[in-house]
Amino acid sequence: MDFMVFQYPMITIQACLDGILLGVLFALIAYGMALQWGVMNIINIAQGDLVILGGYIAYFMYLFGIHPAWGVIVSPFIMYFVGIGIYKLVINKVVDRDLFISILATFGISILFMQLMNFAFGADVVLANSGYGTTFLFDSNVVLPNSKIFSAVVSIVFAICLVIYMKKSKLGRAIRATAQNARAAKILGVDTEKVYAATFGINAALCGVAGALISITFTIHPYMGLPYTIRSFMIVIVAGLGNLPGVALSGMGLGVFEEFADYLLGTEFRIGSVFLLLVLILVYRRFKLSRKREYLK
Amino acid sequence: MKINKIILSFISAVAILLSTSVVSLAKVVGDKIVLGAAISLTGKYSSNGVHTQNGYNMAVDRINSMGGVKVGGKTYKFEIIYYDDESNPKRAAQLAERLISQDGVEFMLGPYSSGLTKAIAPVTEKYGVPMVEANGASRSLFTKGYKYLFAVLAPANLYLDVAIRTAVELNGGKGVRIAQAFEQDAFSQDVRLGILDAAKETGSEIIIDDKLPKELNDMAATLVKVKQMKPDVLVVSGHTKGALTAIRQIAEMKVDVPMLAMTHCDAAKLSKQHGKNSQYALCASQWHKTLTYKDNFFKDGMTYAADFQKEFGYDPPYQSAESSAALLVFKDAFERANSFDQKKVRDALAATNMQTFYGNIKFAPGGQNVDKPMVLFQVMCDGAGKCENKVVAPLKWASAKLIHPIPKWSDR
Repeated sequence: MDFMVFQYPMITIQACLDGILLGVLFALIAYGMALQWGVMNIINIAQGDLVILGGYIAYFMYLFGIHPAWGVIVSPFIMYFVGIGIYKLVINKVVDRDLFISILATFGISILFMQLMNFAFGADVVLANSGYGTTFLFDSNVVLPNSKIFSAVVSIVFAICLVIYMKKSKLGRAIRATAQNARAAKILGVDTEKVYAATFGINAALCGVAGALISITFTIHPYMGLPYTIRSFMIVIVAGLGNLPGVALSGMGLGVFEEFADYLLGTEFRIGSVFLLLVLILVYRRFKLSRKREYLK
Repeated sequence: MKINKIILSFISAVAILLSTSVVSLAKVVGDKIVLGAAISLTGKYSSNGVHTQNGYNMAVDRINSMGGVKVGGKTYKFEIIYYDDESNPKRAAQLAERLISQDGVEFMLGPYSSGLTKAIAPVTEKYGVPMVEANGASRSLFTKGYKYLFAVLAPANLYLDVAIRTAVELNGGKGVRIAQAFEQDAFSQDVRLGILDAAKETGSEIIIDDKLPKELNDMAATLVKVKQMKPDVLVVSGHTKGALTAIRQIAEMKVDVPMLAMTHCDAAKLSKQHGKNSQYALCASQWHKTLTYKDNFFKDGMTYAADFQKEFGYDPPYQSAESSAALLVFKDAFERANSFDQKKVRDALAATNMQTFYGNIKFAPGGQNVDKPMVLFQVMCDGAGKCENKVVAPLKWASAKLIHPIPKWSDR
């Protein structure tokens, strides 16, 4: 145990801010997952790999001399069609099956994506430099890389746009209707097949945005997708489906939790503590659920 | 049911036939010495796997075109059977079995990385197959009492030893305060043990000792601690990801530290990916092209680098150079043993004492090379932002003077 975080109050502020900025980014990925989980009842294990693929798009733009921040616009555009492609090839065949089949299918997609990315882009760890500089707060005791601030702001903007789109647009209404009751929506003339495809596309596009941001703030590598899948899965578990403020809050909460775990337990337990938290939450949910069931009896 | 049985027996018959016919293909056939190697051509180590393979191939071509290997008055040529181990230790061990028991290979070259070498070594040891490896530096490889394992590279615990000693020397012989962050894998943890030893001997104090998980690409927390505690030296080792993440976040968070020492800088193409931000970083390296070691095949480092560049289109990382050196060692041992008897070749390998363009090679009883020190280079950039790695320690090979302490970010 290392109590430095309490001895230096500035570290506490730093950890909170770092965690929140990180959490907002996680929340964006988790929102995509919640969306397609809610609509199609599919847990997408390949979520993290879509993120990494989005990152590579931004990275290649950077290699060709375009500022990687443009990846935030280009990457979701390309990823939308990648998402539609995956849906047409695989997901539409498993969408009405039980959860286990869809997990297996997306697990397969995940492995395939990892290997293809490794094959196409090589196994080197890469990153895109934004050259955004740094913000100093509190007499430069707290430092925030502008790239992290940028990624948080972009995530928030995309999330807000998406919420408005879901509320106001025709497709958004159709998606929400399908999520509530696919059969009823179908009877009332919603082309659920199209809705599913669009939902998966939107999810992939959100992953594209997140990936571009990750290539600017962190590093990307073909095999680095899984931690992002796990984190978004956890955020969705905590927040529940179709609850955007909940997703945002639990995303930030997870970010701050990770930072504090890092300071208190040591960096080696950072990701481990996320897994531990996941187990605890699942056990807690199960416990709550069983109580409810007894009550119903 | 019956048809199934017939098909099954047919397939097994063919399989048996194939396996027996393969055996007669390998070992030393006609004028060929067949070596086996499992290399990571796909998977997460594939880029370094390819560097390793290129190094092997370059040396095979060179040795073959310059007269080959002379044993018992006859000239032989090298040939290598490669398999892709998919960067997976289990697969590597299986392939080693296959190379030895099916393909009949009697001499092996090592794979890439300590982890995979660790997986293969028990197999080669079991069959008494001499293996010269060039990419497994973990200390634990050399403490198991392996008799048939020989490594041309310096063990991992020596990687950053020089850095600590240099820092102490610059501090007037007094101990320094060290902050360190290491990934949790065999190699990086060995580098860490080396630092602990060096710290103990020099009376230095370790004030931050973080372990980085494999999936991590954010070390902001460690760097915040560094900012608060102001150590004299910051040591980071976490393969290419660790090197890239460290430089990015040190630059973004403007962390001032007098000395920054790392591993895997050239594999990470630090100066290319980070440009001026990577300036002043000290990097441990097994080899650098400006070192003045010589041999008859590649002449010296500069010539090797130029030839390699011509053939493969990129500057050779040390992973390629050490792989090429492994072939030179084999050639030398075969000629001294004057036989293809595995025991005799093994004994000849153990008695190796030679210089190659890559460095001097002489094996300790554990199998590690004890005659080649690590070098330390520093990333140095000119005004136009073009960065180069220059050797700064040990002094014997230094092509530039170490810049110490690193200028503060506010003065850059």
